[in-house]
Amino acid sequence: MRSLGARTLALLLLSLVSLVVDHRENHLDAVRRTIGTAIYPLQVIVALPAEALGWARETGVSRADLQRENNRLKAERLAIRAKLQQMTALESENARLRLMLQTTTRVGDRVRVGEIMAVNANPYRHDIVIDKGRQHGAYEGQAIIDATGVVGQIIKVGSFTSEAMLISDPDHALPVEVNRNGLRSIAVGTGDYDRLDLPYLPNNADIRQGDLLVTSGLGGAFPAGYPVAEVSAVTRNPTESFATIRAKPITALNQVREVLLIWPAEKAAETVAEGDTGAPESAAREPDSAAREPEAAAREPEADDE
Amino acid sequence: MSEPVVLRRWPVYLCLVAALVLSIMPLPTAAEPFRPDWVALTLIYWALALPRTFGVLTAWVSGLLLDVSQGTLLGQHALALTAMAYFPLRFHLRLRVFPIWQLSATVFALLTLYQFILFWINGTAGVASELIDYWGSVITSTLLWPPLMLFFNGVRQQLTVAR
Repeated sequence: MRSLGARTLALLLLSLVSLVVDHRENHLDAVRRTIGTAIYPLQVIVALPAEALGWARETGVSRADLQRENNRLKAERLAIRAKLQQMTALESENARLRLMLQTTTRVGDRVRVGEIMAVNANPYRHDIVIDKGRQHGAYEGQAIIDATGVVGQIIKVGSFTSEAMLISDPDHALPVEVNRNGLRSIAVGTGDYDRLDLPYLPNNADIRQGDLLVTSGLGGAFPAGYPVAEVSAVTRNPTESFATIRAKPITALNQVREVLLIWPAEKAAETVAEGDTGAPESAAREPDSAAREPEAAAREPEADDE
Repeated sequence: MSEPVVLRRWPVYLCLVAALVLSIMPLPTAAEPFRPDWVALTLIYWALALPRTFGVLTAWVSGLLLDVSQGTLLGQHALALTAMAYFPLRFHLRLRVFPIWQLSATVFALLTLYQFILFWINGTAGVASELIDYWGSVITSTLLWPPLMLFFNGVRQQLTVAR
């Protein structure tokens, strides 16, 4: 037992080195991926009860319930198809207009459904593990949405699984714009599933409660135009230089089970096998943000809201 | 013990795997801060019971697995578990004769150390967290210690088989 102290010390040092290396660089990704593949069966086991429950719920529904659901879905489909007709027209119009502006088209992103396998236990890190990895073409920085809005982005890719950071993580910041007038800002996570902050907007910014925030596409990680959050409170304090603006994510971030991984149109075209974050896009989008600048700047402060 | 005895190790590894599964099991958000440190508890017990078989290396490897499965910095749980496991390994002879309440108090102290190291690394690495949120799991884990110890005692009796 004399060597216990020495062994402990050696392992502690090894952990420290690993910590520093992992924090500073990403050299340990291969190690992480190997271990991750080894514990993949465990994650499957963990996901089993929830899946079994889901299966049981699906199998055990009554005929009446199914009929009701079917009716509802039919109605919904009709409404969506009606919208879709418009959508195709709008899509081609958008493509035409963008051609005139000589920028790339944005609509037509490729998506794939992924399922959430685990949620990080640390209440201050809003991380999830999803069941799509390098094998499925996932890449670091990839945007993740669900049926209602933006969920987060992938931060680490394993062979079969990957880790994603939710937009509510305190470390997460997302370039957004106000859908109503194109006012650009950054939505920062707060560690609260129901709240994002917009800390960098001046007191006279034209933003009010109920405004829809969508991704602006600046920064390159997120494709533009996906809904993110709805402004829930705007407090303007004349003694401070920035307004206090809170927004509520459109997606119920702590209730998502299925998510959609997005391959932006340009990315999907260049056969998604492996990739780094799409930096080239930001250059292509420059003219469009410049075009919007005067409009946002021209707006006078409105004092109609509290 | 004069006659040769074989020690079966796999039930212990099974316990550790089960602990790992329990610690990545999804829980309701409200219950999340109170998730017991299953792996730490399991390691403490086996460090006390069989210190020659399950030592710091077991703790370190379990920590790495925990790091990968929870997406924390690689080495965070490994460091914390190794440091924590040192004490029951070093003082197992003294700790074994403790009455249960005294042992529970020791477990409480060990878990506090474990959580503090996690908190400290989070702070150094810039992951925002508040100290108060680390107490929940320490308390639930300490409360779980007596029943868990009874269960592991049962497991331990199945470990040795005469050759």
